[in-house]
Amino acid sequence: MIKEFVGAKSGKFLGRPYRVLRAVVVLISLALLPAAHAALTIEIVGTGASQFPIAIVPFRAEAGLAQALTPVVAADLARSGLFSMVDAGGLNPLPYEPQDVNYAIWRARGADAVVIGSVAPLPDGRYDVRFRLMDVAKQAQLAGFAYTANATQLRLTAHRIADVIYEMLTGGKGVFSTRIAYIVKKGKRYELQVADADGYGAQTVRWSDEPIISPSWSPDGTRLAYVSFEQKKAVVYVQSLMTGQYQAVANYWGSNSAPTWSPDGRTLAVVLSKEGGSQIYFISTDGKGQPRRMTNSSAIDTEPNFSPDGELLLFTSDRGGSPQIYGMPTAGGDPRRLTFEGSYNVTPRVSPDGKSFTFIQRNGGRFNVAVQDMTTRQVQVLTDGVIDESPSFAPNGRMILYATEVRGRGVLSAVSSDGRVKQRLTEDAGDVREPAWGPFPK
Amino acid sequence: MNRILTATVVLFLLALAGCAATPTAEQSGAAVEDRGKPVGPPVVPAKPKPDTGAKPLFEKPLGAAALKDPGNILSRRSVYFDFDSNLVKDEFRPLVTAHARYLQQNPGTKMRIEGHADERGSREYNIALGQRRSEAVKQMMQLLGARPDQIESVSFGEEKPKGTGHDEASWAENRRGDIVYQGE
Repeated sequence: MIKEFVGAKSGKFLGRPYRVLRAVVVLISLALLPAAHAALTIEIVGTGASQFPIAIVPFRAEAGLAQALTPVVAADLARSGLFSMVDAGGLNPLPYEPQDVNYAIWRARGADAVVIGSVAPLPDGRYDVRFRLMDVAKQAQLAGFAYTANATQLRLTAHRIADVIYEMLTGGKGVFSTRIAYIVKKGKRYELQVADADGYGAQTVRWSDEPIISPSWSPDGTRLAYVSFEQKKAVVYVQSLMTGQYQAVANYWGSNSAPTWSPDGRTLAVVLSKEGGSQIYFISTDGKGQPRRMTNSSAIDTEPNFSPDGELLLFTSDRGGSPQIYGMPTAGGDPRRLTFEGSYNVTPRVSPDGKSFTFIQRNGGRFNVAVQDMTTRQVQVLTDGVIDESPSFAPNGRMILYATEVRGRGVLSAVSSDGRVKQRLTEDAGDVREPAWGPFPK
Repeated sequence: MNRILTATVVLFLLALAGCAATPTAEQSGAAVEDRGKPVGPPVVPAKPKPDTGAKPLFEKPLGAAALKDPGNILSRRSVYFDFDSNLVKDEFRPLVTAHARYLQQNPGTKMRIEGHADERGSREYNIALGQRRSEAVKQMMQLLGARPDQIESVSFGEEKPKGTGHDEASWAENRRGDIVYQGE
C-alpha cells in the first residue's frame, strides 16, 4: 500500500505539482523456477550534461533491515546520470524529520535537495516506510509518502521512492520500478530472464537447449511473447509471468517469429512464412482464429512494431533492394519508406511518445543504435559499438536498452535518447542479449 | 558395411516386388511415376514403372541407408550461399538434385531445410534471410519433382553458427541451408 502523508509541521508543497500515487505495490511473483542469483551489474560510463546535487540521509532504523533502502535509492538516481550524490555522512544526530533538517549544512555541502525518512516495524511483521524530499533553497517539503511493505518488497519500495524523487526533480516519470527481460546464453543453454531495471532479482522464466530470441512485453507487463526453437524451428509463444504457463500462439508451416504486441494488448503482430517468404500477420494473443496477412510483398517484411496509438506499424523490409524501415497504417494502406541514410537500417522501435523511433543502422562495418525523428527525419547515431542490436525504449522514453559485445561477450547497455548517459550491464555467467524494457507497473 | 548394403538392396527388391503384386491405395496414389511433373524440364528422365529384376540395381530407388552412406551424395546435406544471396550455386545442383530425386522416389519421406545466416545484422532479419535461402533450395527441389508438402522450409537465422569465428571464413560456413530428414 502506498498512501500520501503530510508531515506534522510541513503541510505545504511548494513549486512542484503534487501527484497522488494511487498505485498499489503489486509484486508480480515470477512462478516456476527458483530465482537466479547472478545479477546483472550496472556500470555507468557517461553522465548527463548537468546533474542535480542531492543528499540522501540513511533512514531511521533501516540499518537493521535485511535490505536498507537508501543505498538502492541513491544507486537508482546515480545510474540515471542526472543526479550527483552529496555526502550525507558525519552528522550526529542524523535528521529523520523535517524539523531536524539543518538547511545551512546542506547548502554548504552543495545539495539542492535532501531525502530523509524512517522505517518502523508493524505488528503484522510488515514495515511502515516514510520518506520526504526537502528543497534546500526553499526550506520546504516537496514530497512525502508512506508505504507499507513486507521484507521482500523493500527493494521495490526503494525503487518507488526513487521514482517519486526523479519525477519531482526532472519532470519525467521514473523507470526504477520497471523490469527488463533478456536472454542469457550459458554454454549450450538459453535462459529467458526477467530482472528489475537495476539488474537485481533476476529470475529465469523459461530455459531451453535450443535458442530463444525476441522477447516482447505485453502492454500490462503480465505476459511475454517470444520465439523459441525448442521444436527445432521458430515458434512464437506467449507466457504468463504470474502463473508461468505458456502456449504456442503461432506454430504454422515454416518459421514463426518477431512477435510484438499492439498497444491495446489484444493483437500480436508476427512474421510467418506459411505462404512463402517472410510476411507480417496479425494474430490473436491466444493464437486462436486465422492470421490476418498485413503485408503483401515478394520481399522480406519483418520486425513489426506498433506506434503507441496503434495506428502505425513500422517494420523492416528489403523491398527496395536493401533493408530499410517502412511504416504502414494498421487500418490499411501502402507502406511508406522512412529511412534513407545508409544501406542497412533495421529493428525499428517507436518511442513511447510516438515522435521518434530507434533502430539499428550499419555504418561501415559497424552496427549502431540510432534515433530518427518521425517528422523531420533527422537521424542521430547514439552508440559506437561494433555490433549493437535490439534497441528497446524505457517506458519514459529517456533511455534505450540494447545489446552489444565487449571483448567477445554479449552485454547489455543503455544510452539516454540524447546519447549523453551510458550504462553497461554485465552478467557474470554468460552472454546476455535480446533485451526488452518492460512497461510502467500498472 | 557391404553386408548391410546388400541386405538393404535385397529388402528393397522385396519391397518393390510386394508393391507390384498388391499396391495399396496409399502406395499407388503416391507412386512416383504416376505423378504429374511440375513445371520446368525434369532433370531426371522419366522412367517406366519399376519392373523388379529387369533393371540394373543402381537405378532402383535408394533406401534410407543411402542418406547416411558417406559414399553417397545424399549424405551431403549443406548448400552454401554467397553473401547477401539466396542463389543456389551450380556446384550444389547435383546435391539438390539427388535429394529431390530421393523425395520423389520415397513419397512418404519428408524433410526440413534449415536456413542459416551469418552473425552480422539483426537476429530477426537474419531469420528472414535464412528462410529465403531455405525456400530457394525447396523451390529447386520442387522443380525437380519433390512435392511441396514433403519439404518444410525453416530458418535458424544466425542462432546456430557452424563456424564460430568472427571472420569471412566462419561467415561463409554459416550462410547455408541444411537438409534434415524427418526422424533424424
